[in-house]
Amino acid sequence: MRHFLYAAAAMAAFATPVAAETIAITGGRVVLGDGSAPIEGGTVVIRDGKIVAAGATVAIPSGARQIDAAGKWVTPGVFAGFSRLGLAEVDAVNGTNDKSGGRSGFSAAIDVAPAIDPFRSPFAVNRSSGVTRAVVAPQAADSIFAGQGAIADLGADSNPVTKARAFQFAEFGEEGAASAGGSRAGTHLHFRAMLREAQDYAAGRGTFDDDLLKAEDAKALLSVLKGETRLLIHVEGANDMLRLMELKREFPTIKMVFVGVSEGWRVARELVQAGIPVIASALNDLPATFEMLGATQSNIGRMKDAGVQVAIGMIDDRDSHQLRYTTQYAGNIVSLQYVPGATGLTWDEAFAAISSVPAEIMGVGDRLGSLKAGRAADVVVWDGDPLELSSAAITVIIDGIEQPLTNRQNRLRDRYARPTEGDLPKAYDR
Amino acid sequence: MKSNLRWSILAAPLALMACSNAEGPKTVSEIPAVKPAEKAPVPFPSTYKAYPGVATAIRNVTVYDGEGGKIDNGVVFMTGGKISSVGGPDTIIPAGVNVVDGTGKFVTPGIIDIHSHLGDYPTPSVEAHSDGNEATSPTTPEVWAEHSVWPQDPGFSRALANGGVTALQVLPGSANLMGGRSVVLKNVYARTVQGMKFPDAPYGMKMACGENPKRVYGSKGRMPSTRMGNIAVNRQTWIKAQEYKKKRDSGKEYTRDIGMETLAGVLDGDISIQNHCYRADEMALVLDMAKEFVYKVSTFHHAVESYKIADLLRDNGVCSAVWADWWGFKMEAYDAIPENAAILHNTGACVIIHSDDENQIQRLNQEAAKAQADGRRMGFNISDAEVIKWLTYNPAKALGISDKTGSLKAGKMADVVLWNGNPLSVYARPDKVWIDGALMFDSSNPKIRPVSDFELGQPGEGDVK
Repeated sequence: MRHFLYAAAAMAAFATPVAAETIAITGGRVVLGDGSAPIEGGTVVIRDGKIVAAGATVAIPSGARQIDAAGKWVTPGVFAGFSRLGLAEVDAVNGTNDKSGGRSGFSAAIDVAPAIDPFRSPFAVNRSSGVTRAVVAPQAADSIFAGQGAIADLGADSNPVTKARAFQFAEFGEEGAASAGGSRAGTHLHFRAMLREAQDYAAGRGTFDDDLLKAEDAKALLSVLKGETRLLIHVEGANDMLRLMELKREFPTIKMVFVGVSEGWRVARELVQAGIPVIASALNDLPATFEMLGATQSNIGRMKDAGVQVAIGMIDDRDSHQLRYTTQYAGNIVSLQYVPGATGLTWDEAFAAISSVPAEIMGVGDRLGSLKAGRAADVVVWDGDPLELSSAAITVIIDGIEQPLTNRQNRLRDRYARPTEGDLPKAYDR
Repeated sequence: MKSNLRWSILAAPLALMACSNAEGPKTVSEIPAVKPAEKAPVPFPSTYKAYPGVATAIRNVTVYDGEGGKIDNGVVFMTGGKISSVGGPDTIIPAGVNVVDGTGKFVTPGIIDIHSHLGDYPTPSVEAHSDGNEATSPTTPEVWAEHSVWPQDPGFSRALANGGVTALQVLPGSANLMGGRSVVLKNVYARTVQGMKFPDAPYGMKMACGENPKRVYGSKGRMPSTRMGNIAVNRQTWIKAQEYKKKRDSGKEYTRDIGMETLAGVLDGDISIQNHCYRADEMALVLDMAKEFVYKVSTFHHAVESYKIADLLRDNGVCSAVWADWWGFKMEAYDAIPENAAILHNTGACVIIHSDDENQIQRLNQEAAKAQADGRRMGFNISDAEVIKWLTYNPAKALGISDKTGSLKAGKMADVVLWNGNPLSVYARPDKVWIDGALMFDSSNPKIRPVSDFELGQPGEGDVK
C-alpha cells in the first residue's frame, strides 16, 4: 500500500510535462542570452526540444502552440555556473547530503552523476525560479581532487544528467592546502605527483602500492591531462592564481577554468594571457579569508573589461538550495554601473554571464545556454525584468517541455495563507 | 602554566571590581554586597559621540518615513544631528543650509539589522576571531556580546556602504539556550566597542530553541540532548532567576551573580528576549514558558515557520525576524517558505527582515523586496512604504529604540539613507548615509568611506566594495 501510494504520488508529480511539442512564444521582449540587446516583440519557436529560431521576424509554424508573451520577457533559462544541486536535500542531515565522497578512498574518480537526485526538493524550487541548467560539482575532502562533476537539467523527469563527467573539480588555495597536508607547497606537489602518476598509469608503470591514486582516479586524471575533460579549480587569491598559471605552462594540455576568483581583478591581464576563463562568485566583497583581502563586487566587471571570459557561479554559497539567487546576483552586478568608481556589467552582459557564458566555458555553448537556433529549448517567460527582485518566472520550458511550477514550498504557502485552522486540522488541508 | 590560568580565571572578577574603585584594590570581605536600593551604575557605558554634521536638506526626493508613510517630491531636513522636518515640496528649507537634490532618488531611515554577528564573528573568519558562542555551558546569561566585539571588523563598512545600515544588534550565537546579552551598536567605527554602543539602548538577551543547543551539549554527553531537555533546562534556570530576583528585592544583602542579573533584568522587563527559534511548535512552547515565568519575548529570530502561527504571534505581540527565503540548510529550516513575511504581515503580525550574515546585511532592502514580491504573487499587496518598515521602525521597536531612531520623525536621530533609486529595486544602492546627522558614507567621495585598521595597507584598501 505504502509503495503504491508512493508510486502514485511520484506519478502525480512527474506526469505534468508533456512530450516535446512545437511552441511559438510571441510578442515578448526576447533576450537571446549571448550578450546582445533584447528584441522587442520577438518570437521564439521551439520544435523537437530545440530552438528553431528566435528574433523579430520569425515565422510561426502552422500547428504550433502559441504562448502570448506580450508585456513579458523571454530568455534562455538560467544556467547556474557552479552548484551542488541535487546533492543534498537538507545540508545538515548527513543521510541526504552527497556533496563530498571524501571517505570513499577515491578522489578524482568520484563521479557525482548518480548522486544527483531530481526528486530532491531543490530541483523543483529552483526550476520554478527559472533555473534550467546547472554545473554540479562534488566537494573536496582528503584530496585536492574532488572528483568529476556534471551538467544537469532541472526538468521534472527522472533523468537529470545532461552531461556526466563534464569536468574534474579541484581545490587550491587554503582549502586545497588543507587537503594536501597543510601547505600550499603540498598542494602543488600533490598536483604534479598525481598527474605524473596518471601518466605512469597510462604507460603501464603504475604500481598503486604507495601511490596517491587508485587506478580509477588515474583514469579520471588522464582525461584531464589529455585536455578531454576540463579542470575547474577553486582558487581565490591572486598569488594562488599566478602560481596555477605556472602549472598550466608545465601541463599545457590541461584546460583550466578558475572558480571563485575573488581576487581575479588583480591578475586579470594574466588570466587573459593564459586564456583561462572564470566562474566567479558575484558579490564577495569581504576579506573572509586572507586569500580574499582584495575582494570587491567590482571584480567581475573589471575582469570583463580586461577581456576575461567571466560567468557567475555560487561556490560554497548556498550552492545546493539557492540557485535562484543567480538572477539577483546578476542584477547587483548591473547596479554597480550606477555606483561612482565601481565597475559592473551592462544588463545584456550580466544576463549572458548567467546563460550563454557559463555554457561556453563548460564547452557546451553550441548546445545550451542561449536562444540561438539548434540549442536545447530551455526558455523562461518572466513577468518582468528577470534580474529584478519583483519578477518571477511564469513559464519554464526545458528541452522543449513546459514544466510544472509547483513545489513543496508553494504547497505549504497555500496551506497556511490563512494560518488559523478551519473545520479540520491543517493536516487535512491540501 | 595550568595553575596560572586557573589563577587568572579566579582572580579576574576581583580585579575587575577593584578597578572600579578609585581607592585601590580591596579584599573580598571589604567589597560590599549590593543593596537593592542602590542601582549599580551600568558598566561599560557608551562613549559614542555623534560626529559633527552640517544642517542638510534633501529635496525633490521620494520619502519612505519608516512608519508606513510615503511622500513624493518630499523634503527631509536635518540639523543638530536630529531630524528637523519631513514633508512635501512646500516644506520650508532655511536659507544657507546644505541642500542635496534628490531627484530620482529615495530616502529612508537608516536600516537596522536586529540580528548580526559583526564584531563577534568578524572577517577574516579565522579561528582566532571566533568569539560568538561561549559553548561551554548551555546557559551563559553572564556573557555579554559586547565583550567579544572587535570594532575593526571590515564588515561594518560593507553594511554601511552597501546596506545603508546605521544600527545593529550584535548577538551571542545560538549554541546555548541562554546565550548572553546582546548589544546595540551605532554603525560608526570607533577604537573601542564602548565608542560604538548605541546610547541608552536597552539590552537584549539571546535565547535559542531547537537543534543547536541540543546538538552542542548532547554531543558532549550532557543535558540538553533533546528538545524536552531544552525546555527543562530553561525552566530550571528561570526558577533560579526568580529566586535571585526575590532575594535581590528582599532588602537583605546578597551576592551578585552577573548571569542572574541579566535574567532578573529580563524578569524586571528591562532586558528584552531575542529568541532564536525556527519551528512554530517550539515558538508556541516558548510563549507558554514566558507566561509561566512572566517575561516578554520581544522577537523570534530565524522564525522560518512563523507563518504557521501568525495569528498566535500577532495576539502575543511578538515580532518575527526572518530571512526572505533561506531554506533547507538544516532540518528545522526545512519548512521555510518565501511567503513567510507576507503571511505574517497579512495576518497583522510584526515582521522584521534580519540578516545573521555579513553578506546579506548588505542587502536587507533586497531581501525585503523579494519577500514583498512573493506576497504580491499570492494576492497580498504590501506597499513599498510598509515594507521599508520591516527594516527600520519594526526592528527599532523590537529593540526598544524606536523613540530615538527607526523613522523619519522630527526630533529623532538623523539616521538617514539617500538611495540612488528605489531601495526595493535590485539596481539601487546607498548614495549617502548620515548617522546622527553626520555624513558617514558618500558614494561619490572616496574619503567618506570607512576603512578599518585591518584593511589599511592591504590589497584593495579603500576600494569600492
